[in-house]
Amino acid sequence: MSIIFVLIPLGLALAGVAVWAFFWAADHDQFEDLEAQGASVLDDADRDESKVQ
Amino acid sequence: MSHMSPSISNALLAVEGMHCAACAARIEKALRPINGVERAAVNVATHRLHLTWDNQRVSLPRLLQAVADLGFKPRELDDADAARRQRLEKRTALKRIAVAGIAMMQVMTFAVALYAGAWEGIEAQYADYLRLISMIVTVPVVLYSAAPFFSAAGRDLARRRIGMDLPVSLAILLAFAASVFNALRGSGEVYFDSVTMFVFFLLLGRFVEMQTRHHAGSVTQAMAAALPRSVLRLRDGRTETVTLGALGAGDTVVVPVGAVIPADGSVARGTSRVDESLLTGEATPIACVPGRAVIGGSLNVGAPLHVTLSAVGEKTVLAHIVRLLERAQSERPRIALAADRAAAHFVAWILGAAVFVCAMWLWLEPERAFPATLAMLVVTCPCALSLATPAALAAATARLARSGLLVTRADAIERLARARHAVFDKTGTLTQGAPRIARSHVLGDLSLDRCLTIAAALEDFSEHPLATAFRYGTAELPVPSSVSVERGFGIGGVIDGEHYRIGRLEFVQAIARDKPVYKAPAAAVFLGNGSGLLAAFEMDDALREGSRDAVRALDQLGVAVEIASGDHAETVQRVAEQLGVRTWRARLTPEAKLECIRELNRTRDDVVMVGDGINDAPVLGAASVSIAIGSGSALAQASADLVLTSKSLLAIPAGVAVARQALRIMRQNLAWATVYNLAAVPLAALGWIAPWAAAIGMSLSSILVVLNARRLAARSAEEPPVAEPRTREAIA
Repeated sequence: MSIIFVLIPLGLALAGVAVWAFFWAADHDQFEDLEAQGASVLDDADRDESKVQ
Repeated sequence: MSHMSPSISNALLAVEGMHCAACAARIEKALRPINGVERAAVNVATHRLHLTWDNQRVSLPRLLQAVADLGFKPRELDDADAARRQRLEKRTALKRIAVAGIAMMQVMTFAVALYAGAWEGIEAQYADYLRLISMIVTVPVVLYSAAPFFSAAGRDLARRRIGMDLPVSLAILLAFAASVFNALRGSGEVYFDSVTMFVFFLLLGRFVEMQTRHHAGSVTQAMAAALPRSVLRLRDGRTETVTLGALGAGDTVVVPVGAVIPADGSVARGTSRVDESLLTGEATPIACVPGRAVIGGSLNVGAPLHVTLSAVGEKTVLAHIVRLLERAQSERPRIALAADRAAAHFVAWILGAAVFVCAMWLWLEPERAFPATLAMLVVTCPCALSLATPAALAAATARLARSGLLVTRADAIERLARARHAVFDKTGTLTQGAPRIARSHVLGDLSLDRCLTIAAALEDFSEHPLATAFRYGTAELPVPSSVSVERGFGIGGVIDGEHYRIGRLEFVQAIARDKPVYKAPAAAVFLGNGSGLLAAFEMDDALREGSRDAVRALDQLGVAVEIASGDHAETVQRVAEQLGVRTWRARLTPEAKLECIRELNRTRDDVVMVGDGINDAPVLGAASVSIAIGSGSALAQASADLVLTSKSLLAIPAGVAVARQALRIMRQNLAWATVYNLAAVPLAALGWIAPWAAAIGMSLSSILVVLNARRLAARSAEEPPVAEPRTREAIA
């Protein structure tokens, strides 16, 4: 059982990484607009016409 | 506001650090006694303070200081700034939730191990280790995630007042301190799981409430942010780029395709289509030709336009509407005030009861005193009162604005929900207010075309509303000579040497001694010359879009519809029959209309009056709730409780339905809060609820009421999409 003295801190370190990743994402505007990205696929405006054909 | 003295100023401020309805009341209480303050109203839902003050008696910095003294941070509102702050607020809230959520999951696994260990047997060293680890994981939750509760409670204490954050903070601190003490000494209960769970779910509830608040503010913000920053002005045949503020009435601007019209004006050159959805909720673009009035904030979607401006800045329709909306949001509706008072009493009562319960347990069974008191502090939920009521009102206001009904008075939603009787004005309300020729009868030798041309040429000199019907569609008109306009009768003039008259039958018959060949309705217009009557035009006012469906929908909602008009009985009857309205009154003078509404109001308080904002203003004021209909500048002058910006009357029954839903949701929330607290508090006091269960119960209850309020914001299928802030600087 003494393995938990190693494994729990290891798990906590992973959780810490998860928190850090979340903070990074929040600070880099990843949660600003949760709808536009999904809809932008449907928008043809930015399609490069020269590549068609 | 125009009649006020020039030293009166208005300002809209954002107030930071406000958390509950009680804070709002406190700010108002502090400001109102100050000499020179005309009005101070705080909107809990959007955290805005609306101030009206007399510059000669008090200065704005002095007022800002008064607010700052209470522990809040007032800021002058800048919309770009507001949007940035909202983003930051949301981001911070998300991070706090993430920390609390991840920590909660960790602590839960340790808690499960500890509970299982307590049952199955666990070696003391592992139990101590798990407790210590739980403590370490809980520290960031208490220090970082729960920080907003502590700062709010601290502010409350510093001002000697009670808010809902006080019991919350007390519960978190007590539970954490006791758990740390027990974890370090290695015996006794630890509540780290309860603490993390409590904080996580509370933050989640606040987050949902915050989203609703931001969303409600976004309609007003979308409007305020809609205007372009820079504009192409046309001067001496050349275009120059100027800022919005540099524009003046009379300037001509170039509006490229995809750009927003910067201010109110009329089209000088170009034919295009404009999208007025921001103001009217109407998604279909409207065709516009030279001479047509356009409203600032509309999007030009067709072809480039030259627009000559008639009103800029604060005088535009958009600015008026934004002010109306903000006024509505800054007033405190009765229902919210009642909820505030109830919440403050409730929290005070709970704190008192907790002390009493603690004392009782210490006397009876000291070891159970702590968990019971803690559970009691944790389990109580005043959220339905202090969070959900303002959230429901804000969501309903936003929803109504989207469907084309602007709320300009805070109480309007509640009163609209109670409406059981609707009185409509006819001309310009049920009908479009623009008469047209319904049927033409040729009575003499001239062709219909010739008759129409002569009629149009003569009517060109008239100011009468009926005259507009003739102007439409005629290009080249002969110019009549020796024109005479007889008010209320008609017009006479000479065209190509022939004397013609147009107007009432007796007026035309004075020169054409003929008898009418058919029985004409009262509203018909006759044309004649010396040789007899030439034509009769039956006039008709087209029904407004959606009138019939709106009447039917109101009927289904149990709202009895009645028409009160100043028009001829036959015209009113015809409209009533077309719409399926059974009760109507015709030939009412404005005084008689007012009397009619007053009489209805004497016996009931559920009369909604729908009318033209300008002509019917006094009548609108007499009804228990009023809806003004208008377009363009007429909207701005409306003093009604609600303003219909949509062209379709269908927004009215839709609005009644939303208002009723809002009221129903608020009642559900209050009922739930009452039942929940009445059941949970005694159980917790008796020690039958463990602190962790109390944390779950309170959190779920608060999330439930906020989510329930949020249902109002849901978009139904037939509604147009929200007007998103559109392409600014689209000027290429």
